[in-house]
Amino acid sequence: MSDSSLRVVWVYPDLLSTYGDQGNVLVVERRARQRGLSVERVDVRSDQPVPTSGDIYLVGGGEDRPQRLAAERLRRDGGLSRAASNGAIIFSVCAGYQILGHEFVNDLGAREPGLGLLDVTTVRGEGARCVGDVLADIDPHLGLPQLTGFENHQGVTHLGPTARPFARTVFGNGNGTGDGTEGAYNDTVFGTYMHGPVMARNPQIADLMLKLALDVNALPPTDDRWYEALRAERIAAASQPA
Amino acid sequence: MSGHPGNPEPLSPRAKLAVTAGKAAAAVSRAAGRGSGSVIGGRVALKLDPDLLGRLAQHLDVVLVSATNGKTTTTRLIAEALRASGPVVSNALGANMPAGITSALAGGSDAKYGVIEVDEKYLAGVARDTTPKAIALLNLSRDQLDRAAETRMLAEKWREGLNGSKAVVIANADDPLIVWAASSSPNVVWVAVGQEWKDDAWSCPSCGGVLQRPGDDWFCGECGFRRPAPSWALSGDHVLDPHGSAWPIRLQLPGRANKANAATSAAVAAVFGVPPQVALERMYQVQAVAGRYDVVTFQDRQLRLLLAKNPAGWLETFSLIDQPPTPVILSVNARGADGTDTSWLWDVDYGRLAGHPIMVIGDRRLDLAVRLEVAGVDFRVCETLDEAVAMAPPGQIELIANYTAFQDVRRRVGN
Repeated sequence: MSDSSLRVVWVYPDLLSTYGDQGNVLVVERRARQRGLSVERVDVRSDQPVPTSGDIYLVGGGEDRPQRLAAERLRRDGGLSRAASNGAIIFSVCAGYQILGHEFVNDLGAREPGLGLLDVTTVRGEGARCVGDVLADIDPHLGLPQLTGFENHQGVTHLGPTARPFARTVFGNGNGTGDGTEGAYNDTVFGTYMHGPVMARNPQIADLMLKLALDVNALPPTDDRWYEALRAERIAAASQPA
Repeated sequence: MSGHPGNPEPLSPRAKLAVTAGKAAAAVSRAAGRGSGSVIGGRVALKLDPDLLGRLAQHLDVVLVSATNGKTTTTRLIAEALRASGPVVSNALGANMPAGITSALAGGSDAKYGVIEVDEKYLAGVARDTTPKAIALLNLSRDQLDRAAETRMLAEKWREGLNGSKAVVIANADDPLIVWAASSSPNVVWVAVGQEWKDDAWSCPSCGGVLQRPGDDWFCGECGFRRPAPSWALSGDHVLDPHGSAWPIRLQLPGRANKANAATSAAVAAVFGVPPQVALERMYQVQAVAGRYDVVTFQDRQLRLLLAKNPAGWLETFSLIDQPPTPVILSVNARGADGTDTSWLWDVDYGRLAGHPIMVIGDRRLDLAVRLEVAGVDFRVCETLDEAVAMAPPGQIELIANYTAFQDVRRRVGN
């Protein structure tokens, strides 16, 4: 942590905030404050430089054209890549996840370079768009309970050797590769297709980001009864599709 | 224009048969208890005569109304205003796709005007089929994330569909996506009626640059696309007309968004020679629109029924509810017609409800509970509407619900 308060950076709300993923910022912020931390939230519009001194960076989902614009501007700016090499924690969703990889297919049908912060490559899926509730088991190394979320994407994301699957699907598509993987991560950079927002449905992911940023093994407990009630409902709903 | 109300060109035998068959199907549907029958009736009629919509519209001066929010209400306000000048046929209940529109028009053989609400996805096609005299475009924003087209793509489709249209387009100068959609049209009347929700228009619809938004103005620093100079405007409780006269808006409908709808409606009425004063006076008649804004007595409390389907709609609704300590009931479902992804709840600033006693109901009350918990406002989760109402003291309650949740509430309170 750079100084007395935790800096949470919300990357490009003007382009990558279409699917409610702003909720991840709100959940991280709330859970940090509940632990007595002071939090500085920094919203960075796409005509502003991305600060390199943040502790946690959150990148959300967006539509196809804004996704291309975001990739262009993040490459040109370089701030997010510099923050990553400083060891900042980065958590990304859907279009944001694709941008953090090596490349994806843009709205014009062309291959668009990403930032290469995650060893993944995204192509456009041939089949139907993946839309609906997802249930998955998170990589046991991370010590987190089951993942519940809502996916809505056409991309198929292939993992390279230095990316680990974030989760294995029980229901739903995840990366869309047919091998049951969902999302990807390395030591400090995470990507998932899960909306919901994913941290509202899985607050322990927010806590994991806080622990990594603060370099601690545990955080004081919080009253999570409404999160738990929502999780139970969504896990049951995904297990018995209508 | 093609409307000759005094001397209508008769419908062809095939069109007449189609109208009759459609009415019969609607009657059967109603008798079977399947709603008003308007959509099934229209479907049967369109199958028998695919050009029927165009043929029915031929005899009318047609006004089309489309938007993400406010189209049902604005359709109603325009219809009331134009009744000053002749009989109106309208799809007043919000059946806004081609079958529902066809069915509504088939029921108004002696009308002079057809005032038609059109679903956003169908606007270009309906505009082609009905040769409208005026088209009102109010706003575009995110809605039904799991299946809707991108808002900018929708604006682009409107733009292509309206290119070369002979209609007068009455369009909101304060919504960049609407301006992009309308500006391919040769004959636009710009109305400045505001838009509280700005988060779908930070990117220039033309070049993708970041829009600058100082005060009420907006422009793209890169390509020069900018807010056009409006000829009509909403200014507080008044409509300013192109001559600079200010006309007071008196409505029974609450809220800033409805004043905006009234200002747009006055500009539409002027296209047909109805003066703003006359138009606005007639709009005062409108009390509730398909149950929306209605105040119903239920369990000795007065519930005001408010519909909000997407973040922009919730934002406008928060600005019209009574101050704390008026209790608020929120109800959210995620059935097919609502969109099945509830993530949009996180784009709505529920912190604005701080100070109100809040009860949450609906299929997705637990999503609301987590949303409110993170917003740091107090709330109670209830199983049913009855339970939520019983939590509030006798008096007024504001009830805000999304689409199917709103229908559930109407059924329960007998509205």
